[in-house]
Amino acid sequence: MRLSSKHLTLLILAAIVLVAPLGFPSNFYYRIGSLIFVNGLAVTGLVILIGFAGQISLGHAGFAGIGAYACALAPQYLGLHPALAMLLGTALSAAIAWLIGRPILRLQGYYLAVATLGFGILVTMVLANEAPITGGPDGHDVPELGLRKLLETIGIDLSNAQFWYAFTGLFLLAGAWLALNLHDSPSGRALRALHDSEIAARTVGVDVARYKLSAFVLSAVYASLSGSLLALMNKFITPDAAGFLHSIELVTMTVLGGASSVPGAVAGAALLTLLPQVLTALQDYEHMILGLIMMLVMIFMPAGLVPSLSRLLRGRT
Amino acid sequence: MPLLRVEGLGIDFGGLCAVNDVGFQVEPGEIVSIIGPNGAGKTTLFNMISGAYRPDRGAVALDGEPVTGMAPHLLARRGMSRTFQNLQIFQKMTVLENVMAGCHLKERGNFLADLFSLPATRRRTAETHTTAMQLLERVGLDRAADKEASSLSYGALKRLEIARALALGPRILLLDEPAAGCNAVETEEIDHLIADVAKSGVAILLVEHDMKLVMRISDHIVVLDRGEKIAEGKPETVARDPKVVEAYLGIQTKEASGHALG
Repeated sequence: MRLSSKHLTLLILAAIVLVAPLGFPSNFYYRIGSLIFVNGLAVTGLVILIGFAGQISLGHAGFAGIGAYACALAPQYLGLHPALAMLLGTALSAAIAWLIGRPILRLQGYYLAVATLGFGILVTMVLANEAPITGGPDGHDVPELGLRKLLETIGIDLSNAQFWYAFTGLFLLAGAWLALNLHDSPSGRALRALHDSEIAARTVGVDVARYKLSAFVLSAVYASLSGSLLALMNKFITPDAAGFLHSIELVTMTVLGGASSVPGAVAGAALLTLLPQVLTALQDYEHMILGLIMMLVMIFMPAGLVPSLSRLLRGRT
Repeated sequence: MPLLRVEGLGIDFGGLCAVNDVGFQVEPGEIVSIIGPNGAGKTTLFNMISGAYRPDRGAVALDGEPVTGMAPHLLARRGMSRTFQNLQIFQKMTVLENVMAGCHLKERGNFLADLFSLPATRRRTAETHTTAMQLLERVGLDRAADKEASSLSYGALKRLEIARALALGPRILLLDEPAAGCNAVETEEIDHLIADVAKSGVAILLVEHDMKLVMRISDHIVVLDRGEKIAEGKPETVARDPKVVEAYLGIQTKEASGHALG
């Protein structure tokens, strides 16, 4: 029964990714779709950290920044192919997450929040201040990934926007698949157990520090890949990708969608990526309405979008 | 050699001596109960033995090896399992998942293998699924397996916690007031369960307020008062001990002894 619920979730996600373009009147919509997927990937990582393991991070955009700048700088200074640069960024993010996670994951609640916040700010400062290398606040060019050209030679001809829609969509689906696997695995149970009661988790033999660290490193990898994809898609990156506001945005998406729900990650990313686009029609009132919608969702759906809606649907049928 | 040996154990909280110089032994298959008035230090003693607190004095040895102040997850690997006075259930997991989490030491494996749901992971999950269902049957919760734990009644949660503690396959089980808040029927079920577990060779250390239960199932009783051990022995010996009667009632008469513990 559990197995089929995992496959059902994946099937629905895949269907949405495949079917949505049928209603796209222009390339602009493909771009918005790709942005949702890129954000959704980072948010899926945060679902593992916040929703499964119950640990907060207000600095995960820092890892997105590391992933993004790896794609910008490694090709220029190390002569790496952008795809390899992406892997390098991922490895670097994982290593940094492992190093800083060991001391700071001993902290709980808002102390952990402030420590991770500090990490995010640190990354932004370095990226903004090391202007000779990073280009500073003005940003840095990112080379072409080149995969689209490769696909063209074998007869698959996609527009740039279509290619990124498909490519980021694949990453999101793979990320969701892994997160769903983890949820119902022994490691996932250990993470959810320590979320509910650390002392009871220790008592059944869970090495709490190790599992927290694993979740932290994994979520950093998700954020880093998300940052790399954003950089390669935009072919340009600024330190804002690592900034405080981006971190907050990611956590907000996680909570709005339903912190412990993998499809919720996609819903949260979609809501907060789409709404600002839709609300631009309201001009001056845009931010007010956006804030109001966020508050209403949290008041009436305290468990987040997807868990609350699915409970409602199950109650009706 | 005793399975658990506690010697001269003591801890202070900010200058207040909570437990002082407590010692006793537990053999495999034996049920040892710790009793005493409220605030006597029973749970504190439990927390020191199970690694939740680091004792200031004394030593704990499991199977002859020193384990004083060892982290709870390492004690679990050596076969020590416990339940909590004020329930520590994984509320947002299902009843079945709670017990499966209890099998952690048997089912844990490579984090990456779990991430990719490799065959090894699926096999381990299937194995613990079977074990957990058997344990749920044993405590009479198999029909609630797929319910969220938070939806269970208090008595059912008490039994769930025992099932989770048994999932570890412990050599010694520490039960902190397993019958607290349970009605007479539930208490009797727990009573049978404990006796059953002990019969299979597991040593049991019990903190319990229900004197009938304690007198009925204990092989050995340790009495604490104000952090110190005041008496120790077989149930019938302890029940007649004037010091024990005084600790419970504050008076020292033969009638009181009869009313209190008889």
